[in-house]
Amino acid sequence: MEFFTSHLLSFILFFPVLAAVIVLLLPKGNLKVIRWTAFGLSLVPFALTIYLWTQFQAGQPGFQFEDQVNWYTAINSSYHVGVDGLSLTMVLLTTLLTPVALLASFSVSDRLKPYMFLFLLLETGMLGVFLSLDLLVFFVFWEVGLVPMYFLINQWGSEKGEREIWKGVKVQARNYASLKFIIFTMAGSLGLLLAIQMIGVATGSFDLVGLFSNPNWLNSDNLRLVNLLGLPLGTVKAIAFWAFVIAFAIKVPVWPFHTWLPDAHTEAPTAGSMILAGVLLKLGAYGFLRLVLPLFPAESSRYAGWLAFLAVMAIVFGAFSAYGQKDFKRLVAYSSVNHMGFVLLGIAAAARAAGTLDGTIAMNGAILQMFNHGLSAAGMFFLVGVIYERTHTRNLDDFGGLFPLVPIYGGILIFTSMASLGLPGLNGFVSEFLVVRGAFGVGLNVPWQPIIVYTSIAMLGLLFTGAYILKGIKSVLHGPVNEHWAHGEHKLTEINAREIAVMAPLMALILVIGIYPAWILDVINKAVMTVFH
Amino acid sequence: MQFPFLSVIVFTPVVASLIILTYKPEWKTAVRWTALAAGLIALALSAFVYITYDKSAGGYQFLEKYDWMPLLGISLHFGVDGMSAPLVLLTGVVMTTGVMISWGVDDRPREFFAFLFILASGVFGVFASLDLFMLFFFYEIAVFPMYLLIAIWGWVKTREYAAMKLTLYLFLGSVVSLIGALVMYFSSGRQTFDMLVLETVKFSPTFQKIWFLPVFMGFAILGGIFPFHNWSPDGHVAAPTAVSMFHAGVLMKLGAFAALRVGIMLLPVGAKFWAPLIMGLALVNIVYGAFIASVQTDFKYVIGFSSVSHMGLVMMGFATLTPQGLTGAGVQMFSHGVMTALFFAAVGMVYDRAHTRDIPKLGGMIKALPLVGIGVIVGSLVSMGMPGFSGFIAEFPIFMGIWGTRWSFVAIIAAVSIVVTASYVLLVVRRVFFGKMPEEFEGHIRPINTFDKIALVFLMAFMVGIGLFPVLMVPWVQSGVQHILTILGGA
Repeated sequence: MEFFTSHLLSFILFFPVLAAVIVLLLPKGNLKVIRWTAFGLSLVPFALTIYLWTQFQAGQPGFQFEDQVNWYTAINSSYHVGVDGLSLTMVLLTTLLTPVALLASFSVSDRLKPYMFLFLLLETGMLGVFLSLDLLVFFVFWEVGLVPMYFLINQWGSEKGEREIWKGVKVQARNYASLKFIIFTMAGSLGLLLAIQMIGVATGSFDLVGLFSNPNWLNSDNLRLVNLLGLPLGTVKAIAFWAFVIAFAIKVPVWPFHTWLPDAHTEAPTAGSMILAGVLLKLGAYGFLRLVLPLFPAESSRYAGWLAFLAVMAIVFGAFSAYGQKDFKRLVAYSSVNHMGFVLLGIAAAARAAGTLDGTIAMNGAILQMFNHGLSAAGMFFLVGVIYERTHTRNLDDFGGLFPLVPIYGGILIFTSMASLGLPGLNGFVSEFLVVRGAFGVGLNVPWQPIIVYTSIAMLGLLFTGAYILKGIKSVLHGPVNEHWAHGEHKLTEINAREIAVMAPLMALILVIGIYPAWILDVINKAVMTVFH
Repeated sequence: MQFPFLSVIVFTPVVASLIILTYKPEWKTAVRWTALAAGLIALALSAFVYITYDKSAGGYQFLEKYDWMPLLGISLHFGVDGMSAPLVLLTGVVMTTGVMISWGVDDRPREFFAFLFILASGVFGVFASLDLFMLFFFYEIAVFPMYLLIAIWGWVKTREYAAMKLTLYLFLGSVVSLIGALVMYFSSGRQTFDMLVLETVKFSPTFQKIWFLPVFMGFAILGGIFPFHNWSPDGHVAAPTAVSMFHAGVLMKLGAFAALRVGIMLLPVGAKFWAPLIMGLALVNIVYGAFIASVQTDFKYVIGFSSVSHMGLVMMGFATLTPQGLTGAGVQMFSHGVMTALFFAAVGMVYDRAHTRDIPKLGGMIKALPLVGIGVIVGSLVSMGMPGFSGFIAEFPIFMGIWGTRWSFVAIIAAVSIVVTASYVLLVVRRVFFGKMPEEFEGHIRPINTFDKIALVFLMAFMVGIGLFPVLMVPWVQSGVQHILTILGGA
């Protein structure tokens, strides 16, 4: 038992790899066995996370369940994992969404074994980012997660669709989207990679706990170990700050680095989109919270205005773009840009006013928004997938008046959409309210006037959030019944029991957090209090 | 006396080669099994040397010394340090896997394996030699069979041109280096070619500055350094599969290793003086190689130019003269060796079946050749420096090394190659292995045999193993680097 608890995080982290290997060893023909084994095994990390949640001491500062083993001693990097309230929330989201996404993948039958294998590896990649307390190991997991996602989009993505890349040269859309996804992220991570190398040379260590505990981790003394053409310390830190920010901003994604996202989402298989929106986007936001703010507090505060500006652009343009879409999945994809904008707005407000009550509120909102968006975006993408599987179209003009045909599906779609819209009583409202409340508070009490303007614009953006969500619901469910789907061979079938089972945990959490957010906010809040003071 | 491991390793291939030559030409199966047995013996012994090398003690181990021409101060002097032990292992690995995937060579296999093994002895000899004269001796032995192997068994269209180009380039390089070595011999005043003695000779700074460049560059030509790299892609493409594996997997390391051992370790002051130039050339290798690779349409040329880019990283690591950079370069030599051996093996398997290497004409190969596809995917991930694979373990410290020099901005330029490499290897993987298989191949792609599978899995295991557990290789290299740093510190 002692051994078990002291390595609990490593079990959670690497169990999916073990599961992936087990799946690979199963006999090829029997799809049912492969599906249930993968799904069943993916419940184990979830169960372990629940246990972790119960054992976690929310009030205790610092990291818990730490586990450290030498890894790359030559450059002083070690495999070091640990959780605080921030990472715990994200780990819960990941281990919850993976089984849900695997259950959603039961309709996949093409090359199922490699599909499940990659999916489980992806889970380890994502968990590794959330759990790492070593800068190099963080980067390792950050990059490794790209590979399974690349192949999932590229091999199991939608087969239709072409894209003109160059004067008449056309490629399959999923090939275009998957390459764009991986190259955007890798190119964005170059600055991060170089900055990590620079930090490694200067400080001689990659250990985050050590770096956090020393506010002067980069100073003019250790900077001499790196020859940067005599650039002053402040400039070096500012450049490193932006290198980190760009890498994470591409992943979030923040306007104007978001263009890979609609393509990747549209082409990815349903479960891939769920994980992409549900967890992968959170990796970027998590990078801001875990690395950028603690390592670069002064720079974060100085450039918070830029971050807030980008956040507002993401909110407004995301909403407008979503409204302009004819493809249901693209609409939901742009809604992610819109919602993640609120996360960044909260981060920007907190960066400006670290330690104040208002900053803490904004930060709480941002973290909760990450969790909430994970639930509602995964749900929305799944619901798009459900209707796509039946109709083989995602064009909003092809639907219409489906509510009487599929009342249960319609109800679930409206419920999830409302969470996304931010209806009070559901989870989205709580987090967006906290972000806006915190941001206004920072604006009035710090005082920092620009954030008031930005937040006001973001509030107007919320209006358009409502508009595109209602547009989506209207074009799918309401209006005159599209007779094509009402009779004969194209008759639309109702959402089935398995699909409801996918949605059930997501809907339950949406409602629970909407009504009683304290259980999760408590954990988040204490993490915010201890980490950022 | 201790069992003479290194001499047995060095001479096993050449003895096997002589045994094979006594067979009748029709005994093809016997030739192959003899070759495999010799490969396995060399591999087992080099693995033993690698594992039992005492890295905490460091220095040269498994020493053997036999007088050869005492009058001139030449002796057969073997020994490995932390830098060469992994390379000896690499040679054993590439030799054995090379034999395995050449099982299907049906045109004069007797001569083919005989020449290949003479080459292998030469390579082992260079890595294990501690005598400058012997190093040259083995170096030439390693280069010469290459000419015959390419000219006789190579790709019909370019083999004569490529074989001639390669041989002339490499001989030119070794002649230049040899002159440098002779000058060192005469001016040291010690009447010896023993490198352990030469290491302790403090040549005058002016002497070192004059002679470092010819010595280093002469060897670095074989390492593919810009602007003397263009023999290498032509040579790779024209060579038969096993020879390409040897060529890119081991021979290019031979050049880099000799440049390190003779150039940097015997002339440290010169190395410090010329390091910025080497860095500049290596930077061109890295970035230019990646861009050129990205526009190739021949599968084998893609890999050929990617080798130019990756060997640039080795040279870059050397040129930093920092602990991290040298460590990275040592790991990169091994990592690139197994990676490129796997690539060429895979290209050969595809070519043998599809009879084309033209990327646009290929497609959907993963259905017929799943393991080859997985091998190429793993190789690609190593190639783009994906964390979790050996390429990252090698590249990351090299970049850290650059940050520690006066030329840190070089790291930023070199990093561009990571994205370029990622984009072209992913495109090649997709075009060759995924998508729709052209109709003319349907049903014509026969599966690979068991030896091919063993070879592929074996090579992959190294890349993943070192990637996940750097401790399997880095401590060896570090102990070798320690010695180099002492020499550099004393200069």
